[in-house]
Parts: sequence; C-alpha cells; structure tokens
Amino acid sequence: MRDRVDEFRSRILERKPLRLRGGGSKDFYGGPLSGEILDTRGYSGIVGYEPTELVITARAGTPLVEIESALATRRQVIACEPPQFGAGATIGGTVAAGLSGPRRATAGSLRDFVLGVKLMDGEGRELNFGGQVMKNVAGFDVSRLVTGSLGTLGLILEVSLKVLPQPLAETTLRFEMPQNQALAAMNRWAGQPLPLAASCWQDGVLTLRLCGAKAAVLAACEKLGGERVAESDAASFWAALREQAGEFFAGDAPLWRLSLPSVAPPLELPGPLLIEWGGAQRWLRGTVDVATLRETAARAGGHASLFRGGDKSGGVFAPLPPALMEVHRRLKQSFDPYGVFNPGRLYPEL
Amino acid sequence: MMSLQEHSADGPPDAAAADRAVLLAELARVLPSDALLFADEDLKPYECDGLTAYRCMPWAVVLPQSEAQVLAALKVCHDRKVPVVVRGAGTGLSGGATPVVQGVVLSLAKFMRILEIDPVARLARVQPGVRNLAISEAAAPYDLYYAPDPSSQIACTIGGNVAENSGGVHCLKYGLTVHNVTKLRVALINGEVMEIGSHALDDPGYDLLALMIGSEGMLGVVLEATVKLTPKPRTAQVVMASFDSVIEAGNAVAAIIAAGIIPAGLEMMDKLATAAVEDFVHAGYDLAAAAILLAESDGTAEEVAEEIATMSVLLENSGARQLRISQSEAERLKFWAGRKAAFPAVGRITPDYLCMDGTIPRKHLAHVLTRIAELSAEFGLRCANVFHAGDGNLHPLIMFDARNPGETERAIAFGAKILELSVDVGGTITGEHGVGIEKVKQMCVQFSREEIDAFHAVKAAFDPLALLNPGKAVPTPRHCSEYRLTGSAR
Repeated sequence: MRDRVDEFRSRILERKPLRLRGGGSKDFYGGPLSGEILDTRGYSGIVGYEPTELVITARAGTPLVEIESALATRRQVIACEPPQFGAGATIGGTVAAGLSGPRRATAGSLRDFVLGVKLMDGEGRELNFGGQVMKNVAGFDVSRLVTGSLGTLGLILEVSLKVLPQPLAETTLRFEMPQNQALAAMNRWAGQPLPLAASCWQDGVLTLRLCGAKAAVLAACEKLGGERVAESDAASFWAALREQAGEFFAGDAPLWRLSLPSVAPPLELPGPLLIEWGGAQRWLRGTVDVATLRETAARAGGHASLFRGGDKSGGVFAPLPPALMEVHRRLKQSFDPYGVFNPGRLYPEL
Repeated sequence: MMSLQEHSADGPPDAAAADRAVLLAELARVLPSDALLFADEDLKPYECDGLTAYRCMPWAVVLPQSEAQVLAALKVCHDRKVPVVVRGAGTGLSGGATPVVQGVVLSLAKFMRILEIDPVARLARVQPGVRNLAISEAAAPYDLYYAPDPSSQIACTIGGNVAENSGGVHCLKYGLTVHNVTKLRVALINGEVMEIGSHALDDPGYDLLALMIGSEGMLGVVLEATVKLTPKPRTAQVVMASFDSVIEAGNAVAAIIAAGIIPAGLEMMDKLATAAVEDFVHAGYDLAAAAILLAESDGTAEEVAEEIATMSVLLENSGARQLRISQSEAERLKFWAGRKAAFPAVGRITPDYLCMDGTIPRKHLAHVLTRIAELSAEFGLRCANVFHAGDGNLHPLIMFDARNPGETERAIAFGAKILELSVDVGGTITGEHGVGIEKVKQMCVQFSREEIDAFHAVKAAFDPLALLNPGKAVPTPRHCSEYRLTGSAR
C-alpha cells in the first residue's frame, strides 16, 4: 500500500491537473471533468473497526459496499445513508462528494459523521486531521471542510467515520396529501418527539419512515395514522430513493436539486417534483431557466444546483458572494497551490 | 501567577505606551465612552477566563452594543495591527479568551438578544452573547430546546460555544455545537461581514460552517447564530450503577453500545470524584465503588421503559455491584446533580484544580486511568476523574494549591503528561474545551509540522495578518521547538 501512496505522491508532484477518481460512480456530479485520472481503487481496506467505539477507518479506495457489509455484521450503519450511485462507489469518493441519503434530515449529514481524514495535499504531504474519536476539537475541522469539497483540496487517503446501531425497529407509513399539507405535516411532526427517519412526497403521496426503539415506533404509528407499507416494499422504496433508482429519476431530463429551509412553501416551478428531508430537499426534473430557478431558491432561503444531466455551462452550483469566494480561493490555494486537484469540478475559479 | 513569555512584546516600553494612546483615541472615536475600558481596575476582571492559571492585562476592553460598533472597533484594530481576543462569558477552560499582551479584548456580552424563535422551522436566531441555557428557556413554551449542554450552560454564551465547539453530557446522542448550528453571521478582522450556512440543510461550496465552529475565535467574530432546536423528549430516566473496577464499568459501556443503544447520557466518575460530589450534593452515590456509571434514556414513556430494562440487564451482567433506577424526575435530577457539579465539588476539596480534556478510545480507559494514578503519585498531586464514557472524553481534575511554590508548574506538567498519554493511545488532547493557551504546546505532540503549517494557512485564509486570538490553538514553530526540547513533540 505504501507503493500506492508513493505513486499518488509522484503523480501529484508532476503538478499537472488530476482528476481524482474512485469507482467513477459520481462522474456525473459537479462541474466538467478535466485532468488525467488518478485512480484510488485498489488503495483499499478497512484499517480499523471498533463496533463498541462506533468508529470505522478505511482507505479511500475501499468500496462503500464493503464498509456497509462489515458494519452490517455488527448491526451498525452509516446513518445518513450516503448514496452509492453505482456499484463501484468508494468511501473516498463518497466523502469527497459529501452526499447524504434519505435519513439525512433526522440522522445528520455525512459531514456530521466524518471524524477524521488523512489527506495528501498539493505538495504531496500526508496530513492527518481529526481522528478516530467522537469528540475532538484539536485544530481546525479540516476533515469536515474536505467533506463535500469534490476533491478540490487534496487527495483523501483515509477516512474515519462515526457509525451508529441499526434502528431496532422500523415502519413505513403512507398518507394521501397535497404538497402544501405534506410540507406542513412534515414540519409539524419534526417539532415533536417522534422517531422520524425519512420522508418523501411525490404526486400527492407522502411516505414516512419511522426508526427507533420498538415502543417508540409503535406509539408513533398509533399517533400518526396513515397506511402501513409492507416491510419488503418499504425497504425497496427507501433503497430506490437513496440510489435515485425510481421512475422519477429515470431518463435524461436535467435533474435539479433545491436545498431549502424545510418550511419553504411550495415553489412555483415547472416540471415533476419530489420532496425529501422533511421539505428541505426538493428535486425537479426538466429544462428550466437557471437564473429564475436560482433566484427562486435564494428567495426561499436556499440554493439550487444542477445535480445530473443538462447544460453545465451556466454553472452547476449556486455562485458564491465575492467575500466567500475569496476565502474559498485562499483555502484552495493553501492546500493545492499548483491547481492539481479536480480543477473546475466545484467552481471554475477553484 | 505565570506570565506568558510567548505574548510579550519586544521594543521599548514608551513606544508601546504611545501606540496604546493612539489606539485608545481611535477606539474612543468609534465607540461610546461606556463601551471602552482602559483603566487598570476596569481591565482587571478581563485578565483571565475560566483558566485562571494564566493571566494577562490587555491594552483595552471594548464592549460594543451594535454590529456597526463591532465592525468599527475591528477595523481600528486591523488598521493598527493590534491583536483582538473575542470574549463571551469567559467561562472557557483552555484560555481561549485570555488577553494577549498589547491587545484588545472584544467582549460580546451586550449582544444578549434572542432575535427569533421559529417553532415550526425549529430554529432560534440569537446574538452571540445569549447564554446557552437562555435559548432552551426561550424555546421551552414550544416543547423545544437547544441540545448541547456544557456544564457551564447557565453562564456560557452561544458565541463561545461556537468558538469551542462545546459538547456536554448528551452529545453522544444529540451532537456537539457543530451538529446543532445551521448559520452564522461572521465579521472578519478587516470588518467584512459574511453569512456562512443557511436555514437549509447544506450550502454550496466548502463547509466553512464546520471550519468556523471550534475555531477558537481565530477566524472570525460571530455576530449572530442560528441554532437548531430539538423536540423535548417526553420523559427521561437514569440508571445508576456502581462497579468494583473501572474495567468492569468500561465493559458495561461497551456492552450497552454493542446492544444497539445510544443512551441520551452515559457518564462515569471514579472513586475520588464520587466522594467529592457525594459530600457536595448527597445523592446517595455508592462510595465504596471504584466507578459509578450513569446511563440515561429519553423518549416516550414506552421507549424509555424498554431501554432502561435492557440497560439494567446489561449493567448487571457486566458486574454492577449496585443498580438504582430513578423513580421520579426529582430523583433523576439528583442522580445527575453530582455529575453536573463535579467541577465545583472538586473545587471545594482543593484550593485550585486544572481540568483536563483528552478524548481516548474507550478500550484504553483502564490503561489510561492506571497511568494517571501512577502519575498522580509521581507528581504528588491528587487527581479525580470524570468521564463522558459514551464518547471517550475524559476530564481528569488535577488538584493543587497555587500558594505552594512550584505546585502550579507541577500541576501543568502533570496535565501535559495526561495529554501526551491521550495522544499515545490514539486519542486527542482536547475533546470539547479547546486548545487555547493551555494546550498549545501539546498540539506539537498531536500534529506534525506540516499539519500545523496547514492550520496556519487556514487561519491566513480568513485573517492574513494573524490578529484574531494570535498565539492560541495553533502553535508557532517556537512553541514546538521549545516542546521538542522535552522530547515529546513529533
């Protein structure tokens, strides 16, 4: 494995643009791809797993499925359910993309579970940030800064994640409800001590997932009503949502992601809509005017990104205010002074 | 008291006096007279924070009342290249708010307004000087609360919590400050204002919110924070178990987690800590035990009953010598009272104490406690241990008497050994109190030269002149070379 690290270093020290890549399952995500591929596959393996400490550490190229099956043997999970988007997804790519799945609104985001990273910077130095313990405030929180940075700050070599027990019980409920009522209900319930885990609204149907202690899930079912979904149907529904495998996500029409305050009212936008995360994540299909969409999202207190497909020339992610972009530029400059890592994948300026 | 050589200024004293006069005049121009303190007797209360072993008189303290005044004061300091130390309630335990020589203390104590409670969005927008507990009090009518609950929550401010990424006894289940803050309005040292985060669940670009939280006042000044509110659990109950050995107690914690339970709180105290708190709160702790474990469950009544039953069995199977389940809210609070009051309780049995804050992988608990006991004998100083057992955060309380010559230094040296021990077993020098001044040299044990350089670069991205809380949290090469002489730095 040291050989691979040396190989990574010598590639980085050539100071030519590199496209950091694991399984390539998220090639679709972010700005245009450029640079020569640096493949992290094979630099893999679980370095440490301590179920009773709730921590797993793995090399970047470790397949996400491998990690999740190791966790499953001890009835544990990465609670935010990061999507794979393809069989080859690696943990390094997962952390670089920073995406979370259906349970995000209640369990927390992937960055919430990142405890530490080992990073190789633009000078080829191996840097450790964070660690393998739950509480750690020594040094700036670079491991969370790197999460979701789309590989633009350095090559992630190793990742430590906080893991959690699988929920002891789980039930899925279904309600017929128009969008405005569903949004109101999701926000109302989220303000109550209920074992909410995930939610999805589409075409007048709200699907709600409860996870927790048996007694808590039972009591919540009683309180909320709705129609119980059979266990196997529920499992495949949430798995499909996590992997965007359902009909809503099929086809080539551009997929837009709106990240909004959960209380944002229904937005006047054309095209099919799917709502997750208690109202905080809304998916939109179709060709729309970017400027209008971005403005609508911003007015509602959030932002819009072009998640998959479509024309990326208008920028994939919402532009940053100048002062923020300046800080981004300086951070990029300090970790990647020669512009080696995934140039343009997050913003053209970085 | 110790003086901090790292921060002392070079140059002739009269030149410094002239610089100070110019600075005071310029601050006086942008601040009302009651917002600028410069007389020795007014500065005195600001010479230290909760880490009283370190003291330093600042040039001035500013207490602005409006954002415009904050920005104006920052600009004056920036233009004159005067360092600024931001201060909330001054309850920090690592010297994060200790003034620096020839610097200004920026107190946000007057920013005490809760600007908005949105019960539907479950968010509270508050000024930085709002106390942690005040947020929960304001949210209480909606059956919501702010989850992170550091021991100092009656007094500590949300601005300080953001700076330190504060935790508490419930953070295994409910997270730290970084998991509970969604947006910050921040001033940079040059007076520029940025909004970081939003009321959505994520934001485009780098996660600057994570970077800002826990940055110990070195990157920016929090002007406003939006925090998440959590639904109050319907009920809570605690099991108190006592053990003949810390190994058994540690195994009991592992058994609970292995069973798939994340308790709302999971705390341990050793014999000395238990004795100190029992004397203080009379909670009926088992004084003969080597370790006391408190395991709390919260949620609906059914859920709590289920969890408490499971945990009780696990605790018994792990060898608990006594088991008591709180039978009322009053009893639950009584069981907790001792743990919550551990620091003041220890304060009653010793003139001075140092509170350490390492986090360790729990499997090393027995080894670490044994080693601490050995060090205690070696240094001739008593040490009580309280432990956030769920997340491995250990608070050894080193007792000493500062009036005895050399004892403060000995306590600090003892503490340094504990921090090195934490790093040796794969942990960290600080779980929730921050590095501040106290542990800045031990940063050289935990991090390599290159990693420390990276931290300096991160700081420079926000504060190129290094004026915000300089000399704290991230060591200079000089700190490390001094420490290297002791043979400990990497």
